[in-house]
Amino acid sequence: MSALELSNIGLSFGGTPVLDDVSMHVAQGEFVSILGPSGCGKSSLLRLLTGALTPGRGEIRVGGAPLDGSPRAFAFMPQRDALMPWRRIIDNVILGLEIQGMGRAEARAKVRPLFATFGLDGFEHRYPAQLSGGMRQRAALMRTILQDRPVQLLDEPFGALDALTRAEMQRWLEHRWRDARWTTILVTHDVREAVALSDRIYVLSPRPARIIAEFEVPDRRPRLGRTLSPEAVRLEAELLDTLLTQTGDRS
Amino acid sequence: MTGSSSGAPAARPFGRVPAMFRTLLTSIRQGLPAIFSVAAALAAWEIYVRVSGISALVLPAPSRVVSQIADNRELLWANTWPTLQATLTGFAFSLSLAFTLSVLIDFVPKLRRALFPVFVISQTLPLVAIAPLVVLWFGFGLTPKILLVALVTFFPMLIALVDGYESTEPEIEALLASMGASRAGIFRRARLPSAMPYFFAGLRISITYAVVAAIFAEYVGARAGLGIVILNAKNSFRPDLMLAAVVISSALTLALFGATALMQWIVLGWRQAGAGR
Ligand SMILES: Nc1ncnc2c1ncn2[C@@H]1O[C@H](COP(=O)(O)OP(=O)(O)OP(=O)(O)O)[C@@H](O)[C@H]1O
Ligand SMILES: [Mg+2]
Repeated sequence: MSALELSNIGLSFGGTPVLDDVSMHVAQGEFVSILGPSGCGKSSLLRLLTGALTPGRGEIRVGGAPLDGSPRAFAFMPQRDALMPWRRIIDNVILGLEIQGMGRAEARAKVRPLFATFGLDGFEHRYPAQLSGGMRQRAALMRTILQDRPVQLLDEPFGALDALTRAEMQRWLEHRWRDARWTTILVTHDVREAVALSDRIYVLSPRPARIIAEFEVPDRRPRLGRTLSPEAVRLEAELLDTLLTQTGDRS
Repeated sequence: MTGSSSGAPAARPFGRVPAMFRTLLTSIRQGLPAIFSVAAALAAWEIYVRVSGISALVLPAPSRVVSQIADNRELLWANTWPTLQATLTGFAFSLSLAFTLSVLIDFVPKLRRALFPVFVISQTLPLVAIAPLVVLWFGFGLTPKILLVALVTFFPMLIALVDGYESTEPEIEALLASMGASRAGIFRRARLPSAMPYFFAGLRISITYAVVAAIFAEYVGARAGLGIVILNAKNSFRPDLMLAAVVISSALTLALFGATALMQWIVLGWRQAGAGR
């Protein structure tokens, strides 16, 4: 059974159609990427899942049940890190737990042992402005994972990082994901990142977005830090080609 | 856990007290040029008065003003207290009103369009005309002073708060909503803290207006206060005593300004932490 299933989703803002008939599914423990040109509606798609927007058309099912009314299934990591500058890192990280009703002291005690895993040991009591870009992203990711929701939604988590930090973060995420197998939807416009991290990749057309291609990534893991298999290299080229030409007749 | 290995000052709660002294020393050092230029201006004034032999009834020397402060310290002290009381009560009233209304406006945006024009008009009223009327309507007690201080400070504080809420990063709000936070939860956890820098900016400006408004209200009609000292000194042709009262009122304003700066330093500690990286 799919952890998440979207069928024929349509969405418009005012009169402007943004999503046009999007269908996709994500299995338990699967890492799925959504690739698409800027402004095509990727963030809007995630906002449908978090409940910030409601689709004009179509259906979203989480674990087989319709989205509305079911307990919240998604932990969301916004496009910028959205750390609160006035909260120390530890208090940023427990935000989700706090909103779920856990007391601050209890939440802090619970998350403290996890700082080492996220490479933030010793930075619990710093403010976000005192951390490097990569550390801030790890803190934001930690805040996402700690909510303990079935599906993680990551909106271009490394988009704002410099190339080196980004490569480092991708390796780190690949490594963490191989241990934890979080069910994940990653939004990105970085082809290499999608190929390196995903089980499957959906490609969206420019606005109004449709799914114009779907690919399984053929290579075994880990993929970062070694030469990719010829199939994966070919996939990268094909993805880039699809994004650049947008002919949309592939699937 | 301690974070001491990497030597971050803000990582330790006790790091704040020495940090505060360091801040103080830094600001004194940075204040030296200002102290110097004020001293130079005073010296020039003193020399001019002595050399020109101008009458103290027209332009008293700074030394004379200082001696007036010393001679009249009991009078000045007795009249500073009512001014301070009027300023603080009026400002507290104005602040609570501004805060309450800012929250209402944040939750019911329509109120903004209904109320803001009224407040803008209230800011166009000349204090010289309004003050005597308010005194006429409410007498010589504390009420007209509270009202006049509020008239001057309320709207700037309201604007600071409302704009502050609006400055909240949309991504933080989206994040909170995705976590299941209510509108009130989003206000408390994101919008209110986001408004704090704006709030303190407004507070620092408004507190100086508040003192001026209180003194003016007294000047127009009161039993005691620095405004009354100034009025009486004027009527008895005593510019030296007037200036003595002015010095005291400036000192009062500076003290209140300093208190808000200290409050800001305590509440917005996270901003220094960020800057110190
Ligand atoms: N609240 C809104 N009202 C009107 N239009 C909107 C709104 N939010 C987004 N849009 C429009 O919808 C389109 C899709 O926006 P969205 O943020 O989902 O794109 P995106 O694929 O995430 O882009 P990027 O890669 O730049 O992050 C854009 O053209 C945007 O201008
Ligand atoms: Mg986006």
